[in-house]
Amino acid sequence: MSNAFLIKYGEIGIKGKNRHLFEDALVRQIKHALRPIEGAFQVTKEQGRIYIESLEECDQEEVTERLQCVFGIVGICPVEIREDQGFEQLARDVIEYLEANYGSKSLTFKVHTRRARKNYPMPSMEVNAALGERILEAFPNMKVDVHNPELMLNIEIRKMINIYSQTIPGPGGMPVGTSGKGMLLLSGGIDSPVAGYMIAKRGVKIDAVYFHAPPYTSERAKQKVIDLAKVIAKYAGPIYLKVVDFTAIQMYIYEKCPHDELTIIMRRYMMRIAEHFAEETGSLGLITGESIGQVASQTMHSLAATDDVCKFPVYRPLIGFDKIEIINISEKIGAYKTSILPYEDCCTIFVAKHPVTKPSLKVIRRSELKLQEQIDEMVKTAIETAETIVVEAE
Amino acid sequence: MQVYLDNSSTTKCSPAAQALMAQALCEGYGNPSSLHQKGVEGESYIKEARARICKTLKAKDTEIIFTSGGTESNNLAIIGSAMANKRSGMHLITTSIEHPAVDSPMKFLEEQGFSVTYLEVDQYGTISLEQLEASITPETILVSIMYVNNEIGAVEPIDQAAEIIKRKNPAALFHVDAIQAYGKYRIHPKKLGIDLMSVSGHKIHGPKGIGFLYIKEKTKLKPIIFGGGQQGGLRSGTENVPGIAGLGQAAMESYDRFDEKQERLYQLKEAFRNGLAQEPWAHFNGKAGRESAPHILSLTVEGVRSEVLLHALEDKQIYVSAGSACASHKPAPSRTLQAIGIKKEYLDSTIRISFCAENTLEEVDYCLSALKAVVPMLQRFTRH
Repeated sequence: MSNAFLIKYGEIGIKGKNRHLFEDALVRQIKHALRPIEGAFQVTKEQGRIYIESLEECDQEEVTERLQCVFGIVGICPVEIREDQGFEQLARDVIEYLEANYGSKSLTFKVHTRRARKNYPMPSMEVNAALGERILEAFPNMKVDVHNPELMLNIEIRKMINIYSQTIPGPGGMPVGTSGKGMLLLSGGIDSPVAGYMIAKRGVKIDAVYFHAPPYTSERAKQKVIDLAKVIAKYAGPIYLKVVDFTAIQMYIYEKCPHDELTIIMRRYMMRIAEHFAEETGSLGLITGESIGQVASQTMHSLAATDDVCKFPVYRPLIGFDKIEIINISEKIGAYKTSILPYEDCCTIFVAKHPVTKPSLKVIRRSELKLQEQIDEMVKTAIETAETIVVEAE
Repeated sequence: MQVYLDNSSTTKCSPAAQALMAQALCEGYGNPSSLHQKGVEGESYIKEARARICKTLKAKDTEIIFTSGGTESNNLAIIGSAMANKRSGMHLITTSIEHPAVDSPMKFLEEQGFSVTYLEVDQYGTISLEQLEASITPETILVSIMYVNNEIGAVEPIDQAAEIIKRKNPAALFHVDAIQAYGKYRIHPKKLGIDLMSVSGHKIHGPKGIGFLYIKEKTKLKPIIFGGGQQGGLRSGTENVPGIAGLGQAAMESYDRFDEKQERLYQLKEAFRNGLAQEPWAHFNGKAGRESAPHILSLTVEGVRSEVLLHALEDKQIYVSAGSACASHKPAPSRTLQAIGIKKEYLDSTIRISFCAENTLEEVDYCLSALKAVVPMLQRFTRH
């Protein structure tokens, strides 16, 4: 069993002069992801490759599972690392490796050698042919197939020699922390955690804000949001979650404004408050889980009315997704079961029976004038009394 | 002030029960089935508890089987008696306001080919004895009726029901879910004509995870859990010695100063009812006074969702129960409230207040003023 992993990364390999920044971030994220696992790991980067070596026995599956949550990783290869003691020894090592991993299975194979160390005495093609011959001798059941091999045996000749044949897909994307920070409007639903995941995948660090409306929403609803933040944190790292008490504002809007405009006006105030926190903590944009036409507040008219109050860009990674596509991602990232727990959030409590679907900016702005008297004070209080929770993955 | 008014959900464990449990856990750790001294010591806790329980029921010590709680007791009584007696008939009778721990086993038996009659109730949650009498056939093998309804505190006419059952079909068994009644009423099953009776520990200031089933001697029952043959083979599994010890202590205590405590509960309940008599938004479900259980009040608050009211009271450290757990996505209105025919718009606006004898009139006053302050505020915001 090998106790080392070779990490392949795609996109960040082409980042020119910034490349080392991306690689360093990836190394940092890998180290962070492995921290909860028992045992010590050494993470090193070398010529376009990152190696993880376990210094003690480790649970390979657990390591793989953790690494599959690290954005920027394209492939995870359990690798055998041997010292270069000449071709004869390499051939013996390869036979031993195949014996241990594949036994006497009859497979078609191909040897693929890469010579990063150009002073190795044999060229790659020769190594391929010579090793192929040895393998055919040792395993009469195996056959060569250079076009569609069942087993792709990779030999990389570097300072040491790497032998690997399996590539477990990583999540792709870019290492978190290489693309700035965004403020996610997180509710207890299905969409917003997925939106957070998708933006984090592009290397963005995530902060979040949740609007709490006691006694209309319960402690359990809040706990649910914290649990969802934990799911995102598994991929995005620790999340600073702001919990805003929104009840007073919500009720004030309810009393003063037409009820069919409630949701839109409420969302405009959520955006204002989220933007305030974004500015305060250095986020570069807001992130929401909206998708065109999903509900009344997500028609193009409604989104325009919401955006009207934002200076910051609003990122909506799910904008063109159908619900079922969103659910699929939610299940994949492990959020779905939590998202469907039946605790109400503030968005579902004060909903008009027939909310406006094509709000006019002019009308909405005019309705908001009715709030003039107290709203600024209320927003200020909501911001000042917000609770900050640091949410870490489990 | 912290006011716990959710005693029908669960109660605080009595200090003496806690102490006895700690002792049983630390010193009486022997397996009651072991032949050595340690086993005998463990067993002695069970014997003591059983004796204490039997005294409250005027029952024999062979008539008590310990279970993991009320749910298991109900399951064992219903499924166990149906399986043991199916050759005599495949018909069962129960009510439309039972707890899910009775209702779900009934549904399970329906899937197995039994037929079940669900008795209707009136606006106060009381069954009709005429309908009971008419429903009993020679095929009937079991009648299961709850003593006290857990949501509205309705008290069923158990003694008259028993008389009717034994007259119409002497072979039919009579099971009573007494989980909300034990400790609140003096119940002598033999005298009342009850064959099987379920009780739970944590509703009477005992621990969770323990309960018992009274099984009148010579009642035919099949086990639903199989294993090492403990408790006469009816309930395999090493006995939960600390739990049983705690249950025995709590059972004994609940019949200490019994009349005084019952009186007190009625006082608290009446004070609560009277305190809201002038409020147009307050409606109580079920009968008033001594005709319903001493500790349960079902209150409908017009125009306020029960869950919201629950959280608003929680904010003032008052703990009650929502009459029906109902979320916007998954409406599952209470069967009891539906069965008594309360208005549809009230289904989701009903809370349950349930007392224990340790509650005080000051606590009731505190809760009343909280309600009067909070309700008009919450009524301003209703769902469309």
